[in-house]
Amino acid sequence: MVRIGVVVFPGSNRDIDALNALRVAGAEPVVLWHESADLAGVDGIVLPGGFAYGDYLRAGVIARFSPVMRSVAAFAADGGLVLGICNGFQVLTEAGLLPGALLRNRSLRFVSRRIAIAPERLDSPFTRALDARRPLRMPVAHGEGCFFADPATLDALEGGGQVLFRYVHPDGTVAGDESDRANPNGSLRAIAGVTSAAGNVAGLMPHPETAVEAVLGSDDGLGIIRSLVDSAAERAAAARPVVVVGAR
Amino acid sequence: MSTATAFRFAVNVTPKEGILDPQGRAVESSLPHLGVSGVSGVRVGRRVELSVDAPTEADARATVERLAGELLSNPLIEAYTVELLGATSSTATTEPADGVPA
Repeated sequence: MVRIGVVVFPGSNRDIDALNALRVAGAEPVVLWHESADLAGVDGIVLPGGFAYGDYLRAGVIARFSPVMRSVAAFAADGGLVLGICNGFQVLTEAGLLPGALLRNRSLRFVSRRIAIAPERLDSPFTRALDARRPLRMPVAHGEGCFFADPATLDALEGGGQVLFRYVHPDGTVAGDESDRANPNGSLRAIAGVTSAAGNVAGLMPHPETAVEAVLGSDDGLGIIRSLVDSAAERAAAARPVVVVGAR
Repeated sequence: MSTATAFRFAVNVTPKEGILDPQGRAVESSLPHLGVSGVSGVRVGRRVELSVDAPTEADARATVERLAGELLSNPLIEAYTVELLGATSSTATTEPADGVPA
């Protein structure tokens, strides 16, 4: 069974949800403690939501310097799949593993409610199990989720296919930048999630891991988690040495 | 006798020009309620003060510059300035720079 690690920082609080979502998606979840650089041979990594190190100084910045993140960076450089959710997304941008930065919500308010996002592409390791570019309902819960990059970087992200999710209205039309309730934090170009240039690291502010079962109010997030699990399984199978059985 | 010196610095971090600063905007929009007019361009940042033990001010400043660029600010969205507040030697106290008590 494919093994996916969930990094736990002091202040992580969605780690249990991430572990549950991975289980629902058919993976064996593995807890990775922030003080250990040992990734326990996992096939993929999730950085969960929360308030790592109290979000002091800037959300995600202190977590970036923890021992586990050096290993996560090496894992990513080697092509390993890494998904950052909410605070995990903030950690990945601070670590330079994802482009852009996440600013204080334009409303200055912490937003905690159900929103909708739609994938920009269905061929990424994080969206391949989604059946269409339809709106996905899931919660957001953050104070610093306003995606920012300078205009040239935004153009490069769009051109390079690195915009993975955008906030959308229920009918699927893309949300506006500002004062549009469908864009909960004022993110530029309504960007809710991006990938690295190589495509193997992704982050998003909404919480797919808390929308994986009907009992949670939505299972629209399961496709994202399942995409990660399927992609990690495929990658692990490809890397495994071929064992010839029966050779004498 | 060694003369280790503790240099006291402040790092002032502010949002870069052109970066959205909703906090600054909120502060600015509250000013009319105070009956204050003619104030604009409010930007909210943070100030970090710290002491560095080093043989020279240049060595201490290099350490602070590194911290400011890698940890205390995010160069994508924030600018910083480094300000020397004073210096305290372990053998004798030098006059604080800029008249600020060390």
